Amino acid sequence: MGSKVSGFLKKYMMLIALVAVVIFFNFATGGKALYPQNITNLIAQNAYVFVLATGMLLCILTGGNIDLAVGSVVCFAGGVGAIMMDKNIPWPVAVVTMLVMGLLIGMWQGFWIAFVKVPPFIATLAGMLAFRGLSNVVMGGFAYSVTDTTYLNVFGGGADCYIPDFLAGVGPATSLNKFCLVTGIVFAIAIVVYTIFNRSYLRKHDYKLQPLFTEILKTVIICAAIVWLFYKLSCYKGIPTAFIWIGFILGIFAYITTKTTLGRNLYAVGGNEKATRLSGINTKMVMFKAYTLMGLLAGFAGVLNTARFVGAQPTYGTGYEMDAIAACFIGGASAYGGTGSIGGVIIGALMMGVINQGMDIMGTSSNYKLIVKGLVLMFAVFFDVIMKVRRKGGAKA
Amino acid sequence: MAKVLLEMKNITKTFPGVKALDNVNLKVEEGTIHALVGENGAGKSTLMNVLSGVYPFGTYEGDIVYNGNVCQFHNIKDSEKEGIVIIHQELALIPYMTIGENMFLGNERGKKFCIDWNKTYSEADKYLKIVGLSDSSKTLIKDIGTGKQQLVEIAKALAKNAKLLILDEPTSSLNETDSKALLDLMLEFKKQGMTMIIISHKLNEVSYVADHITIVRDGSTIETLDCKEDDISEDRIIKGMVNRDMTDRFPKRHDVEIGDTQLEVKDWTVYHPEFTERKVVDGVSMNVKKGEVVGIYGLMGAGRTELAMSIFGRSYGIGISGTLKLGGKEVILKSPKQAIEHHLAYVTEDRKGNGLVLTNSIKHNTSLANLKGLSKNLVIDKDKEYAVAADYASKLKTKTPSVEQLVGNLSGGNQQKVLLAKWMFADPDVLILDEPTRGIDVGAKYEIYCIINDLVAAGKSVIMISSELPEVIGMSDRIYIMNEAKIVGEIKASEATQENIMSFIVKSGKED
Amino acid sequence: MNNYSVKNVLKKNTMIIVMFIVYIFFAVMTHGNIFYASQFTALITQNAYVFVLGTGMLMCMLTGGNIDLSVGSFVCFIGAIAGVFSVLKNVNTPLSLLIVLGVGILYGVLLGYLIAYLNIPPWIATLAGYLAFRGAGTEILTKVSTTSAISDFPEPLLKMFSGRVFETSSGVLNIPCLAVGVAAIVLVVVNNYRSRNAKFKKGYETEPMGYVHAKSILEAGIIGLLTFKFAMDGGIPVVLIWVVAIMLIYNFICEKTVIGRHFMTVGGNAETARLSGINNKVVMFVAYLNMSILTVIASLMVTARFKAANSFAGQNFEMDAISACIVGGVSAYGGSGTVFGMAIGAALIGIINLGMSLMGIDQNWQKVVKGGVLLAAVVFDIWTKKNSGKK
Repeated sequence: MGSKVSGFLKKYMMLIALVAVVIFFNFATGGKALYPQNITNLIAQNAYVFVLATGMLLCILTGGNIDLAVGSVVCFAGGVGAIMMDKNIPWPVAVVTMLVMGLLIGMWQGFWIAFVKVPPFIATLAGMLAFRGLSNVVMGGFAYSVTDTTYLNVFGGGADCYIPDFLAGVGPATSLNKFCLVTGIVFAIAIVVYTIFNRSYLRKHDYKLQPLFTEILKTVIICAAIVWLFYKLSCYKGIPTAFIWIGFILGIFAYITTKTTLGRNLYAVGGNEKATRLSGINTKMVMFKAYTLMGLLAGFAGVLNTARFVGAQPTYGTGYEMDAIAACFIGGASAYGGTGSIGGVIIGALMMGVINQGMDIMGTSSNYKLIVKGLVLMFAVFFDVIMKVRRKGGAKA
Repeated sequence: MAKVLLEMKNITKTFPGVKALDNVNLKVEEGTIHALVGENGAGKSTLMNVLSGVYPFGTYEGDIVYNGNVCQFHNIKDSEKEGIVIIHQELALIPYMTIGENMFLGNERGKKFCIDWNKTYSEADKYLKIVGLSDSSKTLIKDIGTGKQQLVEIAKALAKNAKLLILDEPTSSLNETDSKALLDLMLEFKKQGMTMIIISHKLNEVSYVADHITIVRDGSTIETLDCKEDDISEDRIIKGMVNRDMTDRFPKRHDVEIGDTQLEVKDWTVYHPEFTERKVVDGVSMNVKKGEVVGIYGLMGAGRTELAMSIFGRSYGIGISGTLKLGGKEVILKSPKQAIEHHLAYVTEDRKGNGLVLTNSIKHNTSLANLKGLSKNLVIDKDKEYAVAADYASKLKTKTPSVEQLVGNLSGGNQQKVLLAKWMFADPDVLILDEPTRGIDVGAKYEIYCIINDLVAAGKSVIMISSELPEVIGMSDRIYIMNEAKIVGEIKASEATQENIMSFIVKSGKED
Repeated sequence: MNNYSVKNVLKKNTMIIVMFIVYIFFAVMTHGNIFYASQFTALITQNAYVFVLGTGMLMCMLTGGNIDLSVGSFVCFIGAIAGVFSVLKNVNTPLSLLIVLGVGILYGVLLGYLIAYLNIPPWIATLAGYLAFRGAGTEILTKVSTTSAISDFPEPLLKMFSGRVFETSSGVLNIPCLAVGVAAIVLVVVNNYRSRNAKFKKGYETEPMGYVHAKSILEAGIIGLLTFKFAMDGGIPVVLIWVVAIMLIYNFICEKTVIGRHFMTVGGNAETARLSGINNKVVMFVAYLNMSILTVIASLMVTARFKAANSFAGQNFEMDAISACIVGGVSAYGGSGTVFGMAIGAALIGIINLGMSLMGIDQNWQKVVKGGVLLAAVVFDIWTKKNSGKK
């Protein structure tokens, strides 16, 4: 039973910590941290953290493996995309190119790691150097700006990267973005409806049910959080398009990790590689897929990043791998693999985002930000290790 | 005669340099339990790995005829499709996943892109009931004991619609009660028409459940006995397994005078390092005298290794209590280093994992536990090191071109000799040998026995842990019998028989 | 089985041969520019830090493929600390050195404790350091100077870590340098024959005499060439002394002492090491403490070379050190690797960098090539091990 209590604590500790950090910054900035504009920016600025951390989670699950090359890949893919658009190639072609590049890079690294057994940190270290160099080469040291407004609006850059208020003319006149607000409310209702249906489905099939009180409490908290978030967004300019993309990516990968065999296999490989192999699973292929998906997501982060910065520069993406890795560990992924979740990634990425932004608003120098990030990472891993007292190799029964 | 479900014809499997299987033939009738017995390394597990597709079609010669068809299994999935499911000796479970998740790993319920978790858990519960487990399928594997984990493995196999279930040493890590329950479960499955192959070295279990017994020796099938018709006494089977009578398996001990007590433990209790409430050694008291070989017999999981390692500088377990006396003086050894300094040596059962550095040379491995004896001011005298290693290699008849050879390239028996050399060089008074002959061939075993005799002749004391009864009886002066963390009996070797030793264990099981 | 057949000797020294080929390649491509005396000096002064950090990294990697990602940031941080004390606070040089060494030891103890005793995976613990020290170093430098750099280091400090011994002007033959070179040649050659003789007397397997002759001639030739080049370019660079001293000390530790054996064993099989009476935790602790101390030395070398502490100092140094180890045949899984191998790796990377710079290839392609070399080295290592069936 002791493990259950610690399991509960581990699961919600970081959420509690996140709330504490938000409250701290809210006081420290005199309430500015929770201004609608800042909440909007928090999401838009940290879109890449969410996307990269999702990919990094897949790699970490397979046994604490990481990808150090993602920052360089974001820069490389973004750079190529920006150059293409600069040469008046239509933006959909550029986007597809960026994604395909990410995918190919992922496959390249995955090949060495999974099939040749090159240690991941070395293979991706090589990638980190090589793709940073290549970005410089293709951009020739110059910055490219992107002017295609459709591209910018769709992927969360420029001034108008928000879902327009389709309901502006309906109902009473207000400064709020009504579409955004309504979306939030619809979302909350959908969750409530789903919960009710799911419960009755479970009851019908005699499956185990959660206690009613816990379920109601959980649903209320989630719905309140959603409505609050969308209210804040509607106070500014509405739903940022980047937010849609984040939701989309997180949704897909939450599904993959919890509901598909690939997801299962990722956890299994990290939990006990030999046992997984003996269960008839091709563990090399699992590893290969993890890095391939990581590459694809890095390509997509390149798309978002290029839009966000309205262009590309050879220095973009530096240190992104650290943000992604830190977000995973803060979100409770084990440094030895086998445990971690998309929910955790969200919390971890938000934590990194809140710290980034809170310190920005407080006017702290970027150097302190690095120091704090380092300490937060240390703390998160420390916590993980302490909670788990899991020694490598373990003792035999 | 019942229908033959499986026939393996002329199976030959070679690894680089070794012929692991040589023209093996095996026939298994439907609805029976077929036992494969043989010494460690005889090729039982290799044969089953061929059958289950771990070694894919094309890497071996010969045919597998299953249900009347010649089969070509390219991977584990192929054989599982046909209903052939193997449960490996080393459990294939993932500690941080739930029972349900483990049970359907690689065999998920629902569609490939949409696992149905509700169905998964409710089906898992159903199978758990069949194998008699009452735990929830949402319990994490790490939170249940080995006995239950074994049952989860069986439930996992059932969930794959197993028609032919292969169990590789299923009771090796179980206690007597759990083992009995498992064997009864097998008999129950047989009644329902399932076919099973059990690999085991415990002959009493084999004769309890099996309908047929096939003996494997040195990569070949020697004979198949029918339990109803043939003589299946242990002597008969052992003779088949080792191809020699038991009388000359052990070298004669020279007349050794047994002296004073060299090592003594009293009320020694050790707790499990992770499951901190579980006692792995419970109030053990024992001693060994100068010039004496003391055997510790017990099944795997009885706490023998744990006892030895906790004595050896507390290298295993937590909450260790009790007294340890060396040469009559009480000592507290807090680390392997201190243990070595007090002339204690522990020769591990797991030579590849815990005993040797496979990527290092014989020379470096030999000197490892006693670098102090070779160095001055931390600087190693390499000439002396070479001489010492070469000396032990010739004394122990290690077969190698030179002591610069990497240990990983040696055979099991020669690796064991290097391991012994390493600890002999550490100049111990007491050597604890944990399964010193595991996984090595009969000839090498004999040589190891000779080395043990030489050690006691030189006035050392030896504690020999073994799960092979004949070995314990043949080599020891005195035998302690361990079961479920306790010493349940002590007997002089001259009075010991396989029966009375086993009866200690059976009796202690009943008392609980 | 003849260990000294031409084929086996070549096989054993693949990386040295690769280094020569690469060198000749660049000699041709740069029309001999790389052969100028000044380029020899540049090769050493520009890459001295790689040798020092590579040595520290080697000790970490030996314990099981563990790395330290924080060395680059720590180089920057130590530079800043050194600047603050010796320049801004006018603390005298010996005391300043003690202070930075103290800071290095402090960090090493902390890092070692986290990794060895709290079981925090090394790359995470050092990743945190990577972030934190870059931030801290930059913060200090931007606070105290508008250019985010501290220059005007005192002369004694600079002299300890840069410049030349008994400097003469370029083009004039430097006599002390020649003397040292000749002494080194004599030492090496005498040692070759003596050790062979000793082996022969004790009846061990010995190299054939021809091999010893060839080896001695080759080694004498290389040392002679280097001596001559340095002598023509003002004398022995101070950092060379540091590098050679560190190499010799650590080579001795690794090859001949109990400590070195402990490092190898922990990396080869941690459990075996533990049960053989080795305290694995102490070994890990020492590896990271040692790394921090060597990082301090590397930092002082870099600071002295630029005559300033910069906020961008030390960027990617961890990569250089790791690459040197991997290219030099240090196992990425731990347990095997030599100081000499690492030095060859560092030299090879240095030659590639220098050669490409001389050819006018830009920095960016150099990064691509570096990445490629790193990957190729690991793959080569894995493949040769597979073929020899040792893994």
